[in-house]
Amino acid sequence: MLVEGIKSRPVYGGFAIDPFARRHIFALEGEGALALLDQKPALTATMLNRSEVLYVAAGPKGLDHDLALAALKPDRFWQGPTIETLLFRLRGSLSAATMSTRLYISGREGFIGQCMQVATDMGMDFSSIPTEHRGSLARRVQCVHCKGITDDVRTSPFKCSHCGLNLLVRDHYSRRLGAFQGVNVDAEEPGTAPQAEELFA
Amino acid sequence: MSGGLAIAVRVSRIDTVAANIKRFRLVRHDGEPLPVFSAGAHVIVTMDDDGHRRRNPYSLMSAPHDTSGYDISVLRVAESRGGSAFLHEKLREGDALTISHPVNLFHADKRGRKHILLAGGIGITPFLAMMAEFDRANVAFELHYAMRSREHGAYWQELVERYGAHRVKLYFSAENDVLPVASLLHNQPLGTHAYVCGPDRMTDFVLRTARECGWPKSNVHSERFLAPISGKAFDAELLRSGIVVRVGDHESILEAVEAAGIDAPYMCRGGACGQCETAVVACNGVLAHHDVYLSEEEKASGRKVMICVSRFDGTKLSLDL
Repeated sequence: MLVEGIKSRPVYGGFAIDPFARRHIFALEGEGALALLDQKPALTATMLNRSEVLYVAAGPKGLDHDLALAALKPDRFWQGPTIETLLFRLRGSLSAATMSTRLYISGREGFIGQCMQVATDMGMDFSSIPTEHRGSLARRVQCVHCKGITDDVRTSPFKCSHCGLNLLVRDHYSRRLGAFQGVNVDAEEPGTAPQAEELFA
Repeated sequence: MSGGLAIAVRVSRIDTVAANIKRFRLVRHDGEPLPVFSAGAHVIVTMDDDGHRRRNPYSLMSAPHDTSGYDISVLRVAESRGGSAFLHEKLREGDALTISHPVNLFHADKRGRKHILLAGGIGITPFLAMMAEFDRANVAFELHYAMRSREHGAYWQELVERYGAHRVKLYFSAENDVLPVASLLHNQPLGTHAYVCGPDRMTDFVLRTARECGWPKSNVHSERFLAPISGKAFDAELLRSGIVVRVGDHESILEAVEAAGIDAPYMCRGGACGQCETAVVACNGVLAHHDVYLSEEEKASGRKVMICVSRFDGTKLSLDL
């Protein structure tokens, strides 16, 4: 069960290297590495000399793309252990960046949303940031009741990991929180929630 | 009525502020406060020039929170279609005018961390209101203001006095100063927004330079003051109204339509807002698009026309109006 057709659902337009940018920062998670590797013809030595690649492998199932990324020989290659450390590093890189810096984000939706939070907080406009969704469809969802956020949600409805309510996942997305909204589905008669369906494998 | 509810105003004061530039203070006829506006907004001023109705957009330059009156500045244009000549030569203190409610197509992006304003000549007007707003909100800004000469430039002395020489940079072409757009746009911190208002050539140059400096489109803003361009007179058939109007050589389609008593939609009257977009049903000739609203593809398709500034050259033009 999924509530669709809501305008706030993000659209990920895909990468296109901006030839005018003086600096490129790539924030990549798991399969998101392929979004950069697939740009091959545009990855010239000049462009890579201006590039900083930040990478985190995704979860236990994630394949490691660190060797392929390092082989590109960008100006800087950095691999972090968790999304949190990558976000911290990204904030540091952006705090010294200029207007001719372009940021590209690819990975799962939850990762894109969290990097986007850092970027917009640094004054970047979301429409100036190319994004590409790669990897699992699992969602980052906020419980609208207890405000707790659950990562890697694969089913709808699902049990809130904080307050235990049965939440229906909507396409309603908050850019501020970088999360979809989950709403209690059996408030009137607890226990009557529909069967959970695996929608976001 | 198109253009929103009109406000009856009186000219309370006229000052000459530079060669060919006058400032007009407008207060409400009934003495009530005017609406608060947002910096960058303009109003459409309706003038009655001996029975000939003229309507032009002017940026509001007074402080946005000052509701006691609005200030506009008008450059006397040499090849004026009549609006600036009327305001400069015929209008007196105490005279009545009608203005629209303020409309803003050139607002500051409040998420910005720093704002760079690039003004050319009379293009300074929207920035006067913006600077008042930035200053009040304690937001970082810089003004780079290019003028022909010290005599032709308006307000530059007051601006340096009020905001300081560190925030107000002046460039006089008569003294061979050039606004260094490229070096200015390089190395600006993330979250900077640039705004340009001035002659077309300056606006084009700034937009192109920003692109070449690697700036994203979303952070560069522009407003052009387009006046309808004169040209050969032509006929336009209005299918819904069932009439044919003659568009004079110094007239826009919108003005001709209004003169025929038809209330066509409009807002900015300067080819920027998109409100007067009209479907072209038949066109045997060439549309001369002068607006900055339609995309290149839309202009090439010949299906739409912005009747406030665009013209036509050919044998038959039929509009869905």
